[in-house]
Amino acid sequence: MEKLMNESSDLTTRTKINTVQLGLWTGVWVLTTALAAFGPKFFWEFNTPLTILGVLINLGIGFGMILANKRYLNGLDELMRKIQLEAMAISLGVGLVCGLSYELLEDIKLITFEPEVSHLIMLMALTYMVGVIAGNRRYK
Amino acid sequence: MGKPAITNNVRRLRFDADEMTQADLAAKADVTRQTIIAIEGGKYSPSLELAFKIAHAFGVPLESVFQYQDGE
Repeated sequence: MEKLMNESSDLTTRTKINTVQLGLWTGVWVLTTALAAFGPKFFWEFNTPLTILGVLINLGIGFGMILANKRYLNGLDELMRKIQLEAMAISLGVGLVCGLSYELLEDIKLITFEPEVSHLIMLMALTYMVGVIAGNRRYK
Repeated sequence: MGKPAITNNVRRLRFDADEMTQADLAAKADVTRQTIIAIEGGKYSPSLELAFKIAHAFGVPLESVFQYQDGE
């Protein structure tokens, strides 16, 4: 069905549909992440079954978002896909290299605070955005 | 940086096809206009599939649109 849709509709329509779907999946994933993070404390007083359910729902929606992202990438034209994939590769590399170094900083007592994964995610998001902008400029 | 290994006549072929716009060609090949601009400018070499689509859009054989330049 997905393949049929990708082949039968034109690029603009296809990209629009895939972008909206990716946006919806991402939005729901953010909401379920917030629910899994704050629900135990504010809504169900650390009830274990509900907490596990919250985490499982969050994971399920997360996988849905990953598939929506894959569908979005496959729906792009080949140059746009190349730009996106190059940006993702750089972002992944920066995340891996800087993430490990960041953790090492604490191990070897160069920083006194505990490394936060959110810092790494911000760095990866920034790198990804810079990668996409640089890619678009390169092929203009 | 040397000359690109794959050159093309997309600009000339668009001119010969009653000044077909980049947007028209992009629609026929199911890609964005940016991709056509990058190909035309020699900044991006398309896949074989896209190369055939572009050739079909002009109604000419592939080698009339794209040429491989040996690096020697």
